Amino acid sequence: MIINIIISTAAALVFSPLLIGIINKTKAFFSGRRGSPFFQMYFDLYRLLKKDAVRSGTTTIVFILAPVIVFCCTLAAAVLIPISPGTGIISFTGDFVLLFYLLGLARFFLIISALDTGSSFEGMGASREAFFSAMAEPVVFISILTILRLNGTTSFTDALGGGGAGNWIIISLATVPFFIVMLAENARIPFDDPNTHLELTMIHEVMILDNSGRGLALMEWAASIKLWLFSLIIVRIILPGSVLSFLLTFVIAVIIGIVESVIARTTLLKIPQLLFSAGIIAFLGFFLSFSKIFVWS
Amino acid sequence: MLYPIFIYLASLVLTGALSAAFYRNHRFSKYFAAVSNAILSLIMLVFLINRFDSFHDEVFKTIWSLPMAEFHVGVDFLSLFFMIPLLILAAACSIYGSEYFKEHRSGRFHWFFYGLLVAGMMMVLISRNVVLFMISWEIMSFSSFLLVISEAQKESVRRAGWIYFVTAHVGTAFLLTAFFLLGSGAGSFNFELFGLVPFEVAKSNLIFIFALAGFGFKAGFIPFHVWLPLAHPAAPSHVSGLMSGIMIKMGIYGILRVLMFFTSYQTWWGILLVIIGASSGIIGILFAVGQHDIKRLLAYCSVENIGIILIGLGLGVLGRAWDYPLVSMFGFTGALLHIVNHALFKGLLFLGAGSVIRQTGTGEIDSLGGLFKKMPMTGSLFLAGSIAVSGLPFFNGFISELFIYAGAITGAVASAGSIMPMVCALAVMALALTGGLAAAGFTKLFGIVFQGNSRKTDISSAVDVPSMMKLGMIFLSVFLVFIGMMSFLVIPFIEKPMLLLSGEAASPFIYQLSDIGEKVSILLVALLILMIIIFTVGKIFRRKTVTDVETWGCGYTKPASSMQYTSSSYAEPITSQFGLVLAARKELQSDNEIFPVKPWSFRSSVEDWFLSRVFIWFVKLIDRILSLLRWFQCGRAGVYVLYIGCIIIILFIWKFVL
Repeated sequence: MIINIIISTAAALVFSPLLIGIINKTKAFFSGRRGSPFFQMYFDLYRLLKKDAVRSGTTTIVFILAPVIVFCCTLAAAVLIPISPGTGIISFTGDFVLLFYLLGLARFFLIISALDTGSSFEGMGASREAFFSAMAEPVVFISILTILRLNGTTSFTDALGGGGAGNWIIISLATVPFFIVMLAENARIPFDDPNTHLELTMIHEVMILDNSGRGLALMEWAASIKLWLFSLIIVRIILPGSVLSFLLTFVIAVIIGIVESVIARTTLLKIPQLLFSAGIIAFLGFFLSFSKIFVWS
Repeated sequence: MLYPIFIYLASLVLTGALSAAFYRNHRFSKYFAAVSNAILSLIMLVFLINRFDSFHDEVFKTIWSLPMAEFHVGVDFLSLFFMIPLLILAAACSIYGSEYFKEHRSGRFHWFFYGLLVAGMMMVLISRNVVLFMISWEIMSFSSFLLVISEAQKESVRRAGWIYFVTAHVGTAFLLTAFFLLGSGAGSFNFELFGLVPFEVAKSNLIFIFALAGFGFKAGFIPFHVWLPLAHPAAPSHVSGLMSGIMIKMGIYGILRVLMFFTSYQTWWGILLVIIGASSGIIGILFAVGQHDIKRLLAYCSVENIGIILIGLGLGVLGRAWDYPLVSMFGFTGALLHIVNHALFKGLLFLGAGSVIRQTGTGEIDSLGGLFKKMPMTGSLFLAGSIAVSGLPFFNGFISELFIYAGAITGAVASAGSIMPMVCALAVMALALTGGLAAAGFTKLFGIVFQGNSRKTDISSAVDVPSMMKLGMIFLSVFLVFIGMMSFLVIPFIEKPMLLLSGEAASPFIYQLSDIGEKVSILLVALLILMIIIFTVGKIFRRKTVTDVETWGCGYTKPASSMQYTSSSYAEPITSQFGLVLAARKELQSDNEIFPVKPWSFRSSVEDWFLSRVFIWFVKLIDRILSLLRWFQCGRAGVYVLYIGCIIIILFIWKFVL
């Protein structure tokens, strides 16, 4: 059990910055650049961890504590996702609620640390983050219910680590909304632009505008771990039986890179509609899971 | 258990009366009443928790001279369970109130009514006869009404009190109908006889609807919530804490008590409860996000939390109607635990809001800011309450929501039919959406009020609250953390009242509750240790140079506090996207010049159309119908004598001729 905990957290810590590197490399390939090296984010984190901090005089203890809390909660969520079959560590009815509410706690502190600076830009980012994540949560949960129904279990960890097969139509109807939500929750195009923090796109990047040094390193690392968690969930949903399926997260990263290269960012007003349609797809999947024609496994 | 309760009730009323009688030294008398109230409640609480394990149902009966009435009281696990949050909150709010209400001039009877309110709620919990129950119910409603209008010199307070009074009694009318239906079947007004003769389906449906509406006016779920957002801001904060924390739960208690009279539940009750709960949760929190007044926001948030409780109850009823003990167990457990949890964190939040209002003189979110530095203790406790109310881990709100989720997930995965999984999926979606929106609402509340810089109000002289007020809040927050981190220690208190509701079929699965609690606790404790380690490591290897600068304004060098995000702007995406429900009104005052001469102003407000359209319309409709009967009351004495004569003749005919 201890070994499993170490494996899942270590994998999250070690592999997650690589995902960002792969996404950026893919985007560079599509725009005809050479791009930054795959391991750029490791260098960035190392550099930031060494650096001094600059802190706004408006901020309080919340701002100092927030990076630690955000980082730890995101890392703890990794414990609930088995990396290969049979390595689930804690499983109980409704464990995915704990998983997503730990991410929710991280988000709560991210938002209030942004509001702590009293900056209108960061307030704007915080407001959007709060709203979009509230819209995204029901979509994720319905997708997960579909997966649970296919596996006939009430524990998400068991479903991901169990290796049960399901119908590919329903699985894809559960995965597509999950992928859309992953883009939304991790501030990727078409929801947000991870490269800028300008008014039109300011969601995630603008919230950490005043963080620096170690605080920024922890925030960035936490963001990449979150991306790792979501892609790991998707991979485990699609290929629950395979031991090395976590390597496919890098394929997910390539797909994200492709999506970011070929799709433009939507206007902010359309984001709720996008999330809503993801919810419709998720609900369709849930609905089809009742049908005896589709579930033959 | 009953005799200590009688002593407790008597001493509550007595200390209140003493403080009113010896009002000459008004500071002392108020202090005396509040502190003795707190001490009495604490003693009662310790006694109750001590006896909880060895407790057996107790009944006490004696003949009473009122018609149809019998002085019939009793305690079972359900009433005992509701007493725990009641006593905790009564103690905390009176400790807090002893300081908070000290300076208030007119308030001779304040602590008398406060004691009466607590006593009334205790009486509601132990009454086992309809007449006694209704008397206790009215004591509770009336004393809380008198507490709400503590500052009756204000117009808004009088209006709030009036609407509260009206709604409370519309509710009573529904309740009486429900009780008459129950009593007519059993041939008695004693609760113990209600369940003995099984009701026909049609009649039990009717009873359920009337009871739901009647208790709904007290519990304050949509569409019966109209009085909450008015009465809570109007009342003094420790009273709103008590009312929002536990008095509205008496409505839930009533629903549970009525449910226990039935041997079998109808499916559609459960579905109705889930739907009301879901809409109450979502609409309540949407209204909360749009508010600009701290206490009004908290009041709408109570509507949301009552919705969450109802979702749990609905799942419990569904589980029992469909013979799914696991769903029923999780649903009822979650609902019961959320009743306690909401009492604790909402009490804490109202006390925190009271501290803010007392120290700054305003409860308007948009004019506040930066209070965390001035009031670190209040700020930290308010933060704890905000995390708890958003249902996030480490605090108690998470555990109860997790159980309700667990019930809904079990139901959604169950392979029986398609209605149950659908309803359960609806519950999951509603819980997820309310959770997310609650986080949005409370990051707004905490972020705008306590962080950044003050927007309009001058807070340079604001200081943290006196220690008695801190004590009241700390007392509540200890429970927040305790239940959040060590839930498996609390679950034994819920098992027995839960079994009363879900039936014995659930008892083989009961180990799952503490199992979940333990697993969550292990993970959270490990996570807490990890946080502490990382933070200490960061402290040890700290760089010496942390430079203090201004907030980075993207190159703008003269930021003013009015440039910060406000509560309106923070909530704008939500209020505009959910415009269908919220009907937000925006007012822009500008002088239409290219170069503005006068300062422009913008404000947005969210109007409660349930009150302005539905409820007022309903009351006017009733008024119009009843005005048809107005000729009856002509005001001439002779005609009234004629009425009496006619009635006597009719009675004669009825008795002797027919």
